This record gives sequence, C-alpha cells and structure tokens, in this order.
Amino acid sequence: MPRFLLTRISSGLVVLLLVCLFTFVVFFALSPDPAVQICGKNCTPELIDQIRGNLGLDQPFWTQFFLFVAGIFAGRTYGDGAAAVECAAPCLGYSFQSSQAVWDMIVQRLPVSATIAVGAAVLWLLAGLVGGLLSAVKEDTFLDRFTTGLTLTGMSIPNYVLALVLQYVLVVRLQWLPFPQAVRFADDPVQWFGNFVMPWIVLAVGYAAAYTRLTRANVLDVLRENYVRTAYAKGLPQALVWRRHALRPALTPVVTIFGMDFAGLLGGALITETVFGINGVGKMAADSIARNDQPVIMGVTLLAGFLVVVGNIVVDVVYTAIDPRVRVNAR
Amino acid sequence: MTTTRSTTTGTEALLRVRDLTVTFATPRGPLDAVRSLDLDLEPGGALGIVGESGSGKSMTSLAIMGLQPRAARRTGSVRLRGRELVGMSQADLRRVRGDRIAMVFQDPLSSLNPYYTVGLQIEEAYRAHRPGVTRRAARKVAVAALERVHIRDAAVRVDHYPHQFSGGMRQRVMIAMALSTEPELLIADEPTTALDVTVQAQILDLLQEIRRETGTGLVLITHDLAVVSEITDHIVVMKDGVCVERGAVEQIFTEPQHPYTRALLDAVPRIDDEIGALRAVAPGSPAARENAARENGDLA
Repeated sequence: MPRFLLTRISSGLVVLLLVCLFTFVVFFALSPDPAVQICGKNCTPELIDQIRGNLGLDQPFWTQFFLFVAGIFAGRTYGDGAAAVECAAPCLGYSFQSSQAVWDMIVQRLPVSATIAVGAAVLWLLAGLVGGLLSAVKEDTFLDRFTTGLTLTGMSIPNYVLALVLQYVLVVRLQWLPFPQAVRFADDPVQWFGNFVMPWIVLAVGYAAAYTRLTRANVLDVLRENYVRTAYAKGLPQALVWRRHALRPALTPVVTIFGMDFAGLLGGALITETVFGINGVGKMAADSIARNDQPVIMGVTLLAGFLVVVGNIVVDVVYTAIDPRVRVNAR
Repeated sequence: MTTTRSTTTGTEALLRVRDLTVTFATPRGPLDAVRSLDLDLEPGGALGIVGESGSGKSMTSLAIMGLQPRAARRTGSVRLRGRELVGMSQADLRRVRGDRIAMVFQDPLSSLNPYYTVGLQIEEAYRAHRPGVTRRAARKVAVAALERVHIRDAAVRVDHYPHQFSGGMRQRVMIAMALSTEPELLIADEPTTALDVTVQAQILDLLQEIRRETGTGLVLITHDLAVVSEITDHIVVMKDGVCVERGAVEQIFTEPQHPYTRALLDAVPRIDDEIGALRAVAPGSPAARENAARENGDLA
C-alpha cells in the first residue's frame, strides 16, 4: 500500500510539472510583453527594462521556468538591492493588476469556492443517488420515465440560463430569497444561506442529472449479474439482496466520478461564480483571463491541476478500501 | 428440522413437476421457453436433464425455484414433497430457496459476489434460513462446509475473496454454500462447463460423494452426455423447450428412440472414431419449434 501510494504521488508530481511547463509555454509564446502592461501609460524604455530585470523576463526561457518552479517550493526574490521583493515559499508571483501575491489571492478565495462545491455536492449526490435508485427500482414505470425526462432537461439547461431564471423568479418576483449581500456565516446565517442556495442549486442540477442516469444504469446492470441471481437462489430477502449484493457494486463507479467532479469544482466554478458575482477562485480566473493577468491565470491553472491530481489519488485510495480485488493487488 | 422432514417423507416423490410451462411475451406473440414438462425425482435420486444450448434446460431449473426472469410466466405444477411451489407467496418461496432446494450455477466466478469473502457468502446463505444464529456459529458452519468440499486450510480460506480461488475451487465454494443448509434437493446447472477437464472430473466426484453421504436428491443439467451417464440414473432429453425422450440411463444410451437423442449421442467424439469432422446436432430453439409448428399448421 505505501509503495502504491508512492508511485501514485510521484506520477502526480510529474503530471503537475508538465502542467506547469505547458501553461508556461502558452503564456510565454502567446501573450504580449507583461513589462509593457505593468508599466502603464507614462512609460520609458528604461523603466520597461528595469521591470523586465526585476521579474527575470530578460532571462532565457528555461531559466525563467526553473525560477518559477523553484519559487513554488523554495520561494524567490524579485529584483536586487534595496528594491528586492521577497516572495515566500509557495510563490506563484504577483498579480500584474493588483500587485497582490497570487498565493494569497488563492488562499483568500478558496474557502468560498469550497463552500459552493461542498453544498452543491451534497445536493447532487442526494438527488442523483435517490433519483437513480428510484428510477432503477421502478424501471419502466411512469416514475422512471418522468425521472428520465427530468434528467434530460437538467442536463440540457445551461448553467447561466438557469442562474438568471432562478435569480429573477426567486429573488425578484417571488422574493423568497434575500438580495445577495456579502456577510459572514457567523454574522447572519440566514443571509449567508440565502447567498449560497442558488449557486448550489444551479451547480448541482447538471451533476444531479448525470448521477441519476449513472446510478440507474449501474444498478440495473448489477441486478442482471449472476451473483445477484445466486443471492436470490440462496433465499436472501429482497432487501438484503439489494442492500448487500446490488448497491455496493453499483455505487463503486460513482465514487470515482464523484472524486473527479468534486476536485474539479474546488478549483472554482467559473460560470456560476461569475453569474452570481461570488468572489471565488472561478471568478478570479475569469477576471484574470479578461485582463490577461498572467501570474494569476497560471496560479489558477496550477491549482486546478493540483486538485485533479490529488482527487485522483484520493479516489484510488478509497477504491482500495471498497473493492477487495484492487486491495489485494495493491499490496 | 431433520425430524419434521423425515415425517413428511413417506413414499412421496421428492420432486414432481407436471406440465411446467415458461412463457415469454414477445413482439411476435407468446413464446414457450419450456413447454409441458414433466419431471419426477425420488428422494435421494439423481435426474439428468440433457439438451443443447437453447433447449430450455436452464430455464427449467430456474423455473423450479421460481427464479425465472420477471418477463416470463410460469404455469403448471412443481411439487416438492407434495408441497406446491407454483403460486406460492414470495415469502414462502424464499424459505424454500436455498434451504430445501439449493442451486449450483455454471460460472462460479460470476456467480460469487467479488466484493465479499466466500465465508460471508456462505454464512448469509445459512443465516437466511436459521434466524437467531450468531455470526460466530454461522462462521463455524461455513468452515465446516468448506472442509466438506475438501478445501484445504478452510479456517484461513474462509476469509478469502472469490478472485483468490481457482475455477475448480470456486465451484467447490458454490457447492459448499449450497450444502450449508442441508437441502434435500440440489440443482446443478452445468456445474462443470466452465472448468477444465481434470477439474470437471473432481467436481463430479465431489457431487457423487455428497449424494452418497447426505442422500440429497440431484437434478443435473448439462449438455454433456458423459457427465450424466456417470452420475444420474434417469435422463430427460430436451429440445426446443420440450421433452423428447425420457428413461433410465442405460436404456437411453443403448436404445435411443428419438432421432434427436441419437444425434446427441453421435455428437460425442469417440476415441475409436474415424478421424474427421465432428458431428453437430441440428440447431434448434423454442422459436424454431414454433416456426416449424406454424408451417405444419399446428398453431392456426
């Protein structure tokens, strides 16, 4: 087990390094000179050269790349002499726009994105599993067909459309939800909840629909397995056959998909956060792309890659606990 | 439990099947996978059901247990020691399944749940019919059952998962599971088909041994005539869902009446045969039978 974990972690690191390189190449090759951008309107060629020197932009590509990667693990210093700026250990550089450290910006916004991801995940897991199970139990009944119709609708409504419709109906027309205001949970739980409930729903709808389909298909597949027939032949009560012999094999693949989806969402829900004006990682990414704020874009990209890699490793570990066939091979 | 059973024994047949029919609704009308089948088995007897794939023999075994697919309709009469199983409530049927009639299936790997140890799967079979039995007691039964089918280190193997067993060992586990409740009837549906030849022989020996020692009645379903001739005393030959011939083993082997039985016997390769193409049996299916019947105007 530790050995299997070690291989997974080291291969994850390689993947992250490649993600680093890829983003670095893209921005190196495609974007306009950041020094000009930072310099602003009243700019002189000397000033540009000075900024270039400070940021290390006058260095060759591989040196820059190495400095960037080294900065993440060991920190780095921009410029020298009196103007030197110390960037502490997980150094992702500074925003061209706000001059804030990218790492600090991410740390600030990550809890917001996590709140959205967790809330939505709870909703879509509940809806998806219950819907899928009901649909499978009542296969080919009205309920099954109704659920199928609902999931198709859920899958085909774009996030932003649903978000705008919900905002209009729930906040403006019916006034069931308060107008969004920035509050902390401890200060005003009701307002806080009101802020997040719509993003949760909007984000959960698509996933819930997909999970319903997945769960239904898995359960129906497993019910056709020979070992389920064996369980009935042994005279086990229906409830036990379902609970023990059908559910666990049917839900195992859902765990995989969930790990990936959830990890991806932690890195920010771009559209949902933007539409609802929630200041999470997703909105930050959208804003930084709009302003061509390279260090921020790279930071967010790396974060997303990191979360997916970690999510994968977690899923693998969980899998060894669920599926005995994986468990033994991993030893 | 044993005493109540022996009192009901008397001269009653262990299994008496009359006019068993399993019907599927198809877009082209109802189709009988099994039609008007009669079977008789005395206590401790062994009956072979022989036929090619699609002849309805597996459906017959499932229908005896009431395990036919949901889309199928089962009619006729299935009596176990005089007790009618057709039309029985699901709750009562559940108490018969696994306890009084146990089943061994063709593919032991897919018939065992990969997520649970073989011990747990034997235990649950036992405990389903012995309410109030503790896990500890059921575990002892599981170990004993594994020992009875000659699995070495049963006390250790009981905690292993199906994928840690070889094919023959898995089938032994299935047999151990079936026997843990001491059923009076064991239905084995192609128990050796998925196994290689030497392991086949071992499993057949095991079935014989168990029959001798426990007096369990056996219905053996197979396409392999060599297998039935070794174990059973009576044979029912099925084709396209109907019984085409029945009788004692020697009689069927020496004087097959129906052309299909002769074809089946001819299809067995013999060591003294001329070398040449293997002989095949004319393909059939319930649908083929219906078609033939339609052409003959039987189903007008």
